[in-house]
Amino acid sequence: MEAPSILPLALENISLRHDGQQILDRINMLVARRRTTVVLGPNGAGKSMLLKIAHGLIAPDRGTVRWSGLSGAAAQARQAMVFQKPVLLNRSVLANIVHAVRLQGVARAKAVHRAHTALDYVGLGDMAIRPARSLSGGEQQRLSFARAWARDPEVLFLDEPTASLDPAASWSIEQIILELRREGRTAILSTHDLAMARRLADDLVFLHHGRALEAGPAANLFSEPKTPELAAFLKGELHW
Amino acid sequence: MSDLTEGFAAAFRLLFGFDADLWEIIILSLEVNLAAVVLSCLIGLPLGGALAVYRFRGRKAVIVLVNALMGLPPVVVGLVVYLMLSRSGPLGALNILFTPGAMAIAQAILVTPIVTALTRQIVESLWHDYREQLTSLGSSRRRAIPTLLWDGRTAVLTAILAGFGRAAAEVGAVIIVGGNIAHHTRTMTTAIALETGRGNLALALGLGIVLVTLAIVLNAAAWMVRERSTPEAALTGAKL
Repeated sequence: MEAPSILPLALENISLRHDGQQILDRINMLVARRRTTVVLGPNGAGKSMLLKIAHGLIAPDRGTVRWSGLSGAAAQARQAMVFQKPVLLNRSVLANIVHAVRLQGVARAKAVHRAHTALDYVGLGDMAIRPARSLSGGEQQRLSFARAWARDPEVLFLDEPTASLDPAASWSIEQIILELRREGRTAILSTHDLAMARRLADDLVFLHHGRALEAGPAANLFSEPKTPELAAFLKGELHW
Repeated sequence: MSDLTEGFAAAFRLLFGFDADLWEIIILSLEVNLAAVVLSCLIGLPLGGALAVYRFRGRKAVIVLVNALMGLPPVVVGLVVYLMLSRSGPLGALNILFTPGAMAIAQAILVTPIVTALTRQIVESLWHDYREQLTSLGSSRRRAIPTLLWDGRTAVLTAILAGFGRAAAEVGAVIIVGGNIAHHTRTMTTAIALETGRGNLALALGLGIVLVTLAIVLNAAAWMVRERSTPEAALTGAKL
């Protein structure tokens, strides 16, 4: 974490169309350092696309993703992403992390050491030699977090990381997210889960129909929503 | 009828009496097939992987062509390789016509499209699922190819076995470029094709039995590989 920061991140005027639909419409967003920014919104609001654009996996039709200092692959190397459905290689738990760390140019022995540390970090230390795909859904997602953490990212994109998990598994993932924040890492988390957003968000962006209707410190938005859409969402009354 | 029973009896005597001529033919055949398959894998695995992950103009045409080449008529391949390697041909200086090397090359031409096309299918479907995750980890397309080949290793192995089956069964190519020279380029298929006409039924039948057994073993191996590659199998494997 000693490398110069790539934050703040500025998304400027991001627009994306797909199949004739406006997925994202002129999104402006600022992500501050060492905070957890939650992108909140109902399903289909464009949250996943926004994260993927910010992470550089998808190019927007219009707009700019601006990191501080670095750009392109150099900036991406300081980031990691955890997807809603874990994508794990058909090899052991440990080998999945080793592969990810080796891609950073780390020597094998060091990568193995770091992989073990990462597994301990998420509480999977005794599962190193298991086939990754034999893990439960919650364990697979913890492995995804271990793989992300092993690369020592400054910024983590977390795309609905608990949406497919049961409450106990979700809770353990939330503990990891809180720990990441304590370590001074910056997270950008998308979710439709209001309770989770309340527990984790420092800053909040409310996304609806591809537009960022509100953005700011989470406490302000939760206590005084300015748009009827967010007010309705907070009351559980926003109907699609 | 008596021809057949006598033929079988004689065939089994040759096989289990370890008749030197018969086993020489079997071993040469397997050597040529194996060399052809190794050669095909050296070309087909990286080529199939590249066709799966790279996007370029004319890619679809190349894929259609490779798929079509899976059905190449062996005699035509034999003829073309013959013309290339014959004394007056462009590669005549190599002086390898009527050698096992020439036979391996001809069979490699038949097997390479099979390995390439099937590998392309396997890797492309994996790439579809893994692309975002691997890109997020900083893996280039080129770096992703070995990762994907290894992840699809069971499916890739069945593709290789299919290629081996093609090499073992074909007669048209090896008979033209090998010439069915006794103790030198006589393989199981060429021997059957020519010895039958000379009334040497025992040898032909004995070789036929070996070929059919080989086909069954290859298919059983491919089937077992597929069985083992299911997620349920991975789970049981982990518990053992």
